[in-house]
Amino acid sequence: MKSPDFAYVRADTLDAAFRLKAQHGADARWLAGGQSLLAALAFRLSEPTALIDISRIDVLQGIAVNGSMVRIGAGTTHTTIGESDIIRRHVPLLADAVPHIAHTAIRNRGTIGGSLAFADPAAELPACCVALEATFVAASAKGERRISARDFFHGVYATALENDELLTAIEIPAAVAGDHHALIEITRRSGDYAMAGIAVALRRSDDKIDRVRLVFFALGDKPVVAHVAAGVLLGTDLVEDQIERAAKAVSADLDPPGDLNGGPEMKRHLAQVVLKRALLQILNNLMRMPA
Amino acid sequence: MTTNSITLTVNGDQVRRDVPARQHLIDFLRLDLGLMGSHVACEHGVCGACTVRLDGAIVRGCLVLAASLHGSTVETIEGVSDSGEIRDLQDAFIARNAAQCGYCTPGMLMTAADLLKSNATPTRAEIREHISGNYCRCTGYQAIVDAVETTAHKRRSSGPKP
Amino acid sequence: MNENIDPRALDRPNSYIGKSVPRPNLPKLVEGRGQFVDDVVLPRMVHVAFVRSPHAHAKINAINGAEALKIPGVLRIVTGRELAAICDPWVAVLVHLAGMKSAPQYPLPLERATWHGEAVAAVVAESRALAEDGIAKVDVDYDPLPAVADMETALAPTTPLIHAELGDNLCFQRTNESGDVTAAFKAAHKIVEATFHTGRHTGVTLEPRSILADYNKGSGKLVVHHSTQAPHMMQGVFAKHLRMPEGDVRVICVDVGGSYGIKVHVYPDEVATVAIAKLMGRPVKFIADRLESFGSDIHARDHRINGKMAVDAEGRITAIDIDDLTGIGPYSVYPRTSAVEGNQVINLVGGPYDFANYRAKTTVVLQNKTPTCQYRAVGHPIATTVTEGLVDLAAEALGMDPIAFRLKNLMRDDSYPRTSPAGMKFEGLSHIKSLGRLMDMIDYPLLRSEQDAMRAQGIYRGIGFAAFIELTNPSPFMYGIGGARISAQDGCTVRIDPDGSVVAATGVTEQGQGTEGIIRQIVAEAVGVPIHTVRVVTGDTQTTPYGGGTWACRGAGIGGEAALQAGIATRAAALRVASAMLQASAGTLDIVNGNIVDRATGAVRMPLAELTRIVYFRGDTLPPDLPRELMQTRHFITKEFPFAFTNGIQASWLEVDVETGLVKLLKHWVVEDCGRIINPQLVDEQVRGGVVQGIGGALYEHCAYSPEGQLLVGSMADYLVPMAAEMPDIEVGHIETPTRESLLGAKGAGEAGTAGAPAAIMNAINDALRPLKAQVLAQPFSPERILQALGKVPT
Repeated sequence: MKSPDFAYVRADTLDAAFRLKAQHGADARWLAGGQSLLAALAFRLSEPTALIDISRIDVLQGIAVNGSMVRIGAGTTHTTIGESDIIRRHVPLLADAVPHIAHTAIRNRGTIGGSLAFADPAAELPACCVALEATFVAASAKGERRISARDFFHGVYATALENDELLTAIEIPAAVAGDHHALIEITRRSGDYAMAGIAVALRRSDDKIDRVRLVFFALGDKPVVAHVAAGVLLGTDLVEDQIERAAKAVSADLDPPGDLNGGPEMKRHLAQVVLKRALLQILNNLMRMPA
Repeated sequence: MTTNSITLTVNGDQVRRDVPARQHLIDFLRLDLGLMGSHVACEHGVCGACTVRLDGAIVRGCLVLAASLHGSTVETIEGVSDSGEIRDLQDAFIARNAAQCGYCTPGMLMTAADLLKSNATPTRAEIREHISGNYCRCTGYQAIVDAVETTAHKRRSSGPKP
Repeated sequence: MNENIDPRALDRPNSYIGKSVPRPNLPKLVEGRGQFVDDVVLPRMVHVAFVRSPHAHAKINAINGAEALKIPGVLRIVTGRELAAICDPWVAVLVHLAGMKSAPQYPLPLERATWHGEAVAAVVAESRALAEDGIAKVDVDYDPLPAVADMETALAPTTPLIHAELGDNLCFQRTNESGDVTAAFKAAHKIVEATFHTGRHTGVTLEPRSILADYNKGSGKLVVHHSTQAPHMMQGVFAKHLRMPEGDVRVICVDVGGSYGIKVHVYPDEVATVAIAKLMGRPVKFIADRLESFGSDIHARDHRINGKMAVDAEGRITAIDIDDLTGIGPYSVYPRTSAVEGNQVINLVGGPYDFANYRAKTTVVLQNKTPTCQYRAVGHPIATTVTEGLVDLAAEALGMDPIAFRLKNLMRDDSYPRTSPAGMKFEGLSHIKSLGRLMDMIDYPLLRSEQDAMRAQGIYRGIGFAAFIELTNPSPFMYGIGGARISAQDGCTVRIDPDGSVVAATGVTEQGQGTEGIIRQIVAEAVGVPIHTVRVVTGDTQTTPYGGGTWACRGAGIGGEAALQAGIATRAAALRVASAMLQASAGTLDIVNGNIVDRATGAVRMPLAELTRIVYFRGDTLPPDLPRELMQTRHFITKEFPFAFTNGIQASWLEVDVETGLVKLLKHWVVEDCGRIINPQLVDEQVRGGVVQGIGGALYEHCAYSPEGQLLVGSMADYLVPMAAEMPDIEVGHIETPTRESLLGAKGAGEAGTAGAPAAIMNAINDALRPLKAQVLAQPFSPERILQALGKVPT
């Protein structure tokens, strides 16, 4: 399981990265943490001409609050995100997601940008970003553009990024009062890719759900937004009956493919289970909160 | 074959080599430096046998390119053995028979040592969780959990009084 | 048993047998300073990697390596025809398994690929990476052929033949019958019936299969560094098939990174590696990677078993009737054969129980999947799952508690020696004592009341039991009588060196079980020296006595006894010299802690090192006729019983999440009787490791195939092995019923955990699900299967 031969080049600035990309062509790939890419190359699933190492580009690092927005550099590792006070306070869904990503040694190296750009449909972070209505900043020699998370994921390992583009940052609206979230996934073993998972972000005011995003992972070829189930919840309060109704409705949102863990029917069933568990977790947290 | 020149610190020694671009860290350690303690077992980041420390944090050596490590610091089982840093943990593994064939052991020790650095009082569940990315086919894990737990306990009772 | 030996010799002042002494191998292993095959680097060494068939069955029209050879560093492309000229094929059958048949197998196939993952050509290069680059450029022209994928239809007249010359796809069939099964079922009070599937598993040794062959054209000698359990057997195989004298072949294995039966077989790609080394006259290394391991390491346990049990109104088992079917791949595996697992199943079903009427048929068929063969606990987990599954069903049908039912039906501890309905001879077992010990450990009433209380809250917990027997210390009845050159005998040479330290060389081998540790304990005690002065040598055909190696739980029982006898003989030899030196009769002297002592008082007469100094350097001062043979070799083989059976019982306590189908293991208990325990800690850890391997098969592991015979698992993200977070703590208890066949009294312990765990897990899941009227009988007991059983997901 040795990778095919390729060139390794390192870019220390974005400009250098774009220059190297132009030099090495369409079959050159960005190397961030490498935790998915290098494993895939070990299976010789692709044969890039070159890997352009972007892990030491300063502007890709770091977490900061800009007004109502939290900016996460695409090169920030899962470990850094998991340990960040800013993330815990302002984007708690991400903080909850991090421990579910593989294992410590992987999290120390893997980056949020790498995970999003790799676009594994069973990964947690793409679903979280869709649920959080994140915006992705993509850059190339031509300049910068912003892509909503909702529009970013096109399919299995496929995204809106152009071949010469690089994901540089993720911008996520900071949580405000009334925001609630949950992340639930079903795995056979700790750290495994999910059999089924959901990221939920909802906003509640005056005992009513104003907005809600239910985003499934491992249940489609990309993060799946459950519009029908969300519609059941909108404008109502979060009570057990309503949760039950949302769970029943969710089948209309899904057309899951089977995998080695089980067929589509099992996936549909688990989708209901994770939806209910996620919403019940929010409900339980609400009930524990001081009035 | 494309190569890159790197200078890095491995177990305290500064080394300079030309490495094939595609070579992962473990092949570099084994083939170029003769450090055979880090083992190749799955080469796709799942089994943990190749766990080493890179700039102070544990990583899967098979998912790191050697070419990317210019200026980095790498510590392997040989390094932490020679320095005596994990002598107590190793002794606990021996006393508890927490290694059988020994193939997972270096990676397991690096991972367990990493836990003990950040958590002086891990529960058994926390120990199990932290080593849950390191596959051992021989022991059934319990002896390893025991050895890590014993080491944590001993470190607490022999550490400086508050 | 040697009547001249005082059994009290086992309880001497410097006694190590029975104590938890740390293993001598560990200090190097915890520092990463072991020596596994891939750690060995030789001058002019090259690497081989294999082009593997993407088809389950295909005709090979042509292999074109021209493009590959253009890559600098790619040295040679080798095909089956080339190797056939220097290496003879093998046919893996055993003559005592009547009617068994298989086809000749070559290191690389000549005409057809017969499973997905079979090596069809070899690429030799300066590095593994370059060899893989070469593989990508080798062009194999295949004509896909219809594949035999489903074992259920392998014998159907419309199914194509895998080997036309065999006439059908049947490898072996046998019915084991005693009593009058038909009458017993006719007279039964209740009959229970079920179909079990035990899944297809593989060993996933963390160190992959590894071999480094070095042929010296000048000397004609072949040295093979091999990750194997049986170096002497492999020496014979390489010699025979490469047409060399055995003495010209040396097999060395220093450290082996896990084996579990996976590394006791002859693999075509490994023989090819050795043949290529001979062809090229330079060292050739093959280290299987994980991807190719899944398709080329042996698989095991792919059985479908229909089982029936009859019970009378008093709750006694009266008959068991089993129909076992297993698919083994396109070839029986050399030299143990792939019929043994099915044969074991029909020899072991019903093993712990006292009943009279038994019928069990196994049908072993060929198919186009990875070959299966012996893997840890060979057949035992299958037999135990069927037996214990039926036992629980029978108890339920009778409205009896599963423990009460077992107590009524288990063989009495005072009923031995006896022969089981399946024809197995038992020297002495302890089922009733073991069950009693288990009851002491688990607090059964408390678990049942907890179960009830939790059910009221919608939480489904279950407790499951599995009594088992385990076959250990095999005699030649296992393989030798079938014509396989597999030694049931083993030997040990013990030598006292000039400084008074001791070296023991043994034919049994170490893969982590602690073989070297227990041999050291036994020899230290037998000779009478401090344990740190004993060094054990294993894993080298040139320096150890001929033996079978380590498999079928024979290391302690066979190798241990040989070591004990060699140690005792060496002590006697030393005392003979001491007697002359000290002018005392040998019977009044002894060796304790490295000193010659007065047997009665314990007073030190002379350090052993002084005796050796005189023997080796001042032999002139000793009486001229005095023998001074401070090196003694003894061999041991069991004679009275074909196998030394062990027994035990396991219990699993778990919780089923009925919404997700996930099983959470809460606790696991094992009581095991492996005869005399040489090192309690090592036995416990063998049991624990075995249990977790059994749990793997029960809950996670599955070599899944498509209906067309494509292996669907290619990574460790697909083939799920048990990891630390989900495994329970395992409590181990013991009963000791030593075998009287040896002075040591030890039987094997390495497979007991694996033998019983899947059945205990299955019964616990079904116990948890009983109020919901759901049941799972097909491994792995995956979330999907549990949800299907619960009716939450359509089947």
